[in-house]
Amino acid sequence: MSEEYILKVETIHKRYGNTEVLKGVSFDVKKGETLVFIGPSGTGKSTLLRCINQLTVPEQGRVFLRDEEVTNSGARINYFRQKIGMVFQNFCLFDHLTALRNVEIALIKVRGMKPEEAREKALYELRQVGMEEWAEHYPAELSGGQAQRVSIARALAMDPDVILFDEPTSALDPELTREVLEVMKKLAQEGMTMLVVTHEMGFACNVANRILFMENGKIVEEGSPKELLENRDDSRTKKFIGGLGMGED
Amino acid sequence: MDFISILIDWAPYLLTGVFVTLGLTAAGLGIGVLMGLPMAIGQVYSTGNWWLDKIMKSFIAVFVWFFRGLPILVLLFLFYFGIFPALGMGNLAPFFVGAVVLGLRGAAYQSQIFRGAIQSINEGQMTAARSLGMTKLSAIRTIILPQSFRIALPGWSNEYPNILTDSAVCYAIGVAELLTRSSQIVSQTYEASIYFVCAGVFIVLNYAGMRGLLALENKIAVPGFSGSRDDNQVFL
Amino acid sequence: MDNLTFITDILLPALLTGLVITVQLIVVSAPFGILAGIGVAIGRTYGGKIPSFLCKAFVIFVKGCPLLLLLFILYFTLPSVGITFSAFEASVIGFVMCNSAYNSEYIRGAIKSVKEGQIIAARSLGMTKYQSIFYIVLPQALRRAIPGLSNEFIYLIKYSSLAFMLTLVELTGAGKLVATKYFTYTETFIFVGAIYLVLVTITTVGAGMIEKKFAIPGSQGH
Repeated sequence: MSEEYILKVETIHKRYGNTEVLKGVSFDVKKGETLVFIGPSGTGKSTLLRCINQLTVPEQGRVFLRDEEVTNSGARINYFRQKIGMVFQNFCLFDHLTALRNVEIALIKVRGMKPEEAREKALYELRQVGMEEWAEHYPAELSGGQAQRVSIARALAMDPDVILFDEPTSALDPELTREVLEVMKKLAQEGMTMLVVTHEMGFACNVANRILFMENGKIVEEGSPKELLENRDDSRTKKFIGGLGMGED
Repeated sequence: MDFISILIDWAPYLLTGVFVTLGLTAAGLGIGVLMGLPMAIGQVYSTGNWWLDKIMKSFIAVFVWFFRGLPILVLLFLFYFGIFPALGMGNLAPFFVGAVVLGLRGAAYQSQIFRGAIQSINEGQMTAARSLGMTKLSAIRTIILPQSFRIALPGWSNEYPNILTDSAVCYAIGVAELLTRSSQIVSQTYEASIYFVCAGVFIVLNYAGMRGLLALENKIAVPGFSGSRDDNQVFL
Repeated sequence: MDNLTFITDILLPALLTGLVITVQLIVVSAPFGILAGIGVAIGRTYGGKIPSFLCKAFVIFVKGCPLLLLLFILYFTLPSVGITFSAFEASVIGFVMCNSAYNSEYIRGAIKSVKEGQIIAARSLGMTKYQSIFYIVLPQALRRAIPGLSNEFIYLIKYSSLAFMLTLVELTGAGKLVATKYFTYTETFIFVGAIYLVLVTITTVGAGMIEKKFAIPGSQGH
């Protein structure tokens, strides 16, 4: 296994009841890559992300983070989850904590940092996403875009090797989507390894290193935005994007 | 004397106790509804006469505050030893006093359940009824109340276990209900584990009653309006 | 002796002594009632098969059994298996059992109402199951349970009177003894009742204040 690859995903199968949602999905991720998963709704994209950090346990398949196996790792999964950050469609900020505490809490309770250190780091990350002034506010007082940025800061604070974004802007009004995409773009440019499930085609085309098109639980097409969209007239990806009525941004 | 033979000997005695307990419970529920419903209506609606309203609503509020705020033991003592004798009725059967107290207390609690149910019915219903020419009273009777029964039933069903277990406190004024009789048996036979049997009977009565009420709920449920509840929600 | 002297020299002092016992009963039972309630709620929601079953059985038993009967079992039946409690001890244990059973229902409902995403987010950050329960779910659940828990506290104030049936002379007991001795039932119990009403009213107001104090900013709109 090459040292370049930070994440390796091998033949993931997942079924819910009688329906097989993921039918053998495999791919590798290099350090610093931004992978964007697109495709029709319900094709298992979100499920795939959750299989990577084992929030959902696949029936078959393995995941490796820096050559260590994440699947079947027992209690060590808690360590791996520190290294695999996740940003949710519904932000999932802790409602009873301020923005600052939201970012701090895992630093203190999971990473065992001292409170002063944790505070500094948390403020730093909030600054990175532009939410430093809102540190003492509660989630209910924030707009969707602000909340999502805080949740990105929360994931960043753990110094993860990779961050998984599960439709981060789907629950946001169009005006608020932009501020979140800007932050994500900045992270990608700074070299964070990112896996993003989204319907934001502009982001996919402009920021992704690779686009993976999923349909019916499988990856049917894979390549750089340039390959899929400019050089091939018959790509499934191009058809899908064209069908959505959205061209490149 | 061993446990089983004691149980067999005293079974009829205990059984009568069960009926007394159920009688107290029925009184609590029955009087509770008969008084609680009008009280709820009185709290939600107005008669148009400012003075009458004020007096009526204040009275109801005080009544509820009084009967909900006092421990049932205190209410029993107050009525059995204090109020009824003071009214010249010092020789009332304990059962009667117990039934009255449970009933008045039940009315206080249940009036609030009915009140919540009535208030939750869309105001539009009353408006629509009035616009068809119904009097207020008629509208209450034919439109509001039937709907509020269904809404109130789950909350009201919870009164059953409450009154059932509260009825045991009537022991304190000598009503020969289940707990009192168990206590008699224990003091005569020194077999204190009879209390476990008593507990078992109460739990069974509880369960059976709730089952019945649940069946009733599901039977009268209107699709899409008041859903039916399954066992798990009701019992725990 | 005239009424006023009776009230000031005999009734009130006696009731005050009784009130002290009542307050002791409440102050000891309430914290344990809440802690045990949390324990039972967690046991039922997150425990494996056996803890979950035991907690459920506990709640069914306590809810179905009259509190007075429970007190009798603790005080009169247990001695035959060698466990003897004083009247105060038996009362407190009974009150804690009853209080915690009902509390656990409120807390369980509150736990269920915490959005699942909260726990998922906590686990995704690497928190263990119990860390996420303790730091994320419980703080939110307990806030939501405050109305229910204060309701149960009010019940506790009222059923503390049952300790008299175990011969403990708390407030109601003190009243009954005075009333029996001096044939002043109505007056005495009106006073006793008034004291309970004051306790209950203070609690209701206090609970409202606590709820406001611990509310999460922004969450009170709905």
